[in-house]
Amino acid sequence: MSVWRAIAAAALFAAAPALLAGEIPPDARRSGYSFMGPDTRAMQDDDTSNPGMLFVLEGEALWAKKTGSAEKACADCHGDARSSMKGVAARYPAFDKALGRPITLDQRINLCRANHQQAAPLPYEGRDLLALSAFVAHQSRGVAITAGDDPQAKPFVEQGRELFMQREGQLNLACTNCHDDNFDKRLAGAPITQGQPTGYPLYRLEWQTLGSLERRLRSCMSGVRAQAYDYGSPELVALELYLMSRARGLSMETPAVRP
Amino acid sequence: MPALINVPPKARRGEVIEIRTLTSHIMETGFRHTADGKLVPRDIITSFSCRYNGAEIFRADLFPAIAANPYLSFFTVARESGKFEFEWIGDNGYSSTASASIIVE
Repeated sequence: MSVWRAIAAAALFAAAPALLAGEIPPDARRSGYSFMGPDTRAMQDDDTSNPGMLFVLEGEALWAKKTGSAEKACADCHGDARSSMKGVAARYPAFDKALGRPITLDQRINLCRANHQQAAPLPYEGRDLLALSAFVAHQSRGVAITAGDDPQAKPFVEQGRELFMQREGQLNLACTNCHDDNFDKRLAGAPITQGQPTGYPLYRLEWQTLGSLERRLRSCMSGVRAQAYDYGSPELVALELYLMSRARGLSMETPAVRP
Repeated sequence: MPALINVPPKARRGEVIEIRTLTSHIMETGFRHTADGKLVPRDIITSFSCRYNGAEIFRADLFPAIAANPYLSFFTVARESGKFEFEWIGDNGYSSTASASIIVE
């Protein structure tokens, strides 16, 4: 009897590390880039074959274009994006004091449009918003991610972490079940990555277009047969913030290419 | 629509050079339906051409099975300094052009 008990105890101990795998230590964090094949990597590395750069070019044109009833361009306040926007995307989602909550880069662009350009907000996943945020985030390429360092953002990082750990949908899976516990394995033919949001907005070959992190999160949620949160909802922003804080220290890659 | 062109800025006379082009286009196949069952009309690039100092050196016809934002790469021999002109023509009167120059030594 005691032998069986010992075996059971030993089995529990052996299983424990797998069950408690949890968060990825900082030195084991890897961009989705490292999970890709050589062809897709080459596509991302060459700016003349990376289709995301087409959107960056469009964003550059929008940056300089006067819009709204204030007849102002982004460049009229922010000047040359290469210096003024460098490192900005690596800090987003960032805590907004006036609103008392974190906001994403897309939301910041639309707040700027409302407050300073007196222009209508750009729709989520629309070409113009993706192009502008790709152009802004591209200026941070190579900059280490620091989002979530702001002490005021901490409760929201924690909220995002809880959502990341929470099982949901008909398949009853949490983000962590794949992206913390089972990365480097395969889901059907596709490698499971760590889900590090280093290159958004990114060009996904499956989408044949650029897409935001929120679009990616929503498609994972449909994947586990859960009801996806709406674009811009506090839950998605919190998740985005947690993911960025989880990728702390990794370099921005925008616009990345992913399969 | 923006295009990304990669032509080497300099080449030796007689050298074989690679030209890479990437352009922005949705390449809607014309076979898909919307959620309410309506056919999404075809909207693709149908033809691409490249001219080197006025003479056509490459031409391609494109079809509905080609991915969005078509990427085309091809080779030519660098004969003289000058200009490459690229043209994409498509459905609904779509037309887009780009150019790049090369110095041949």
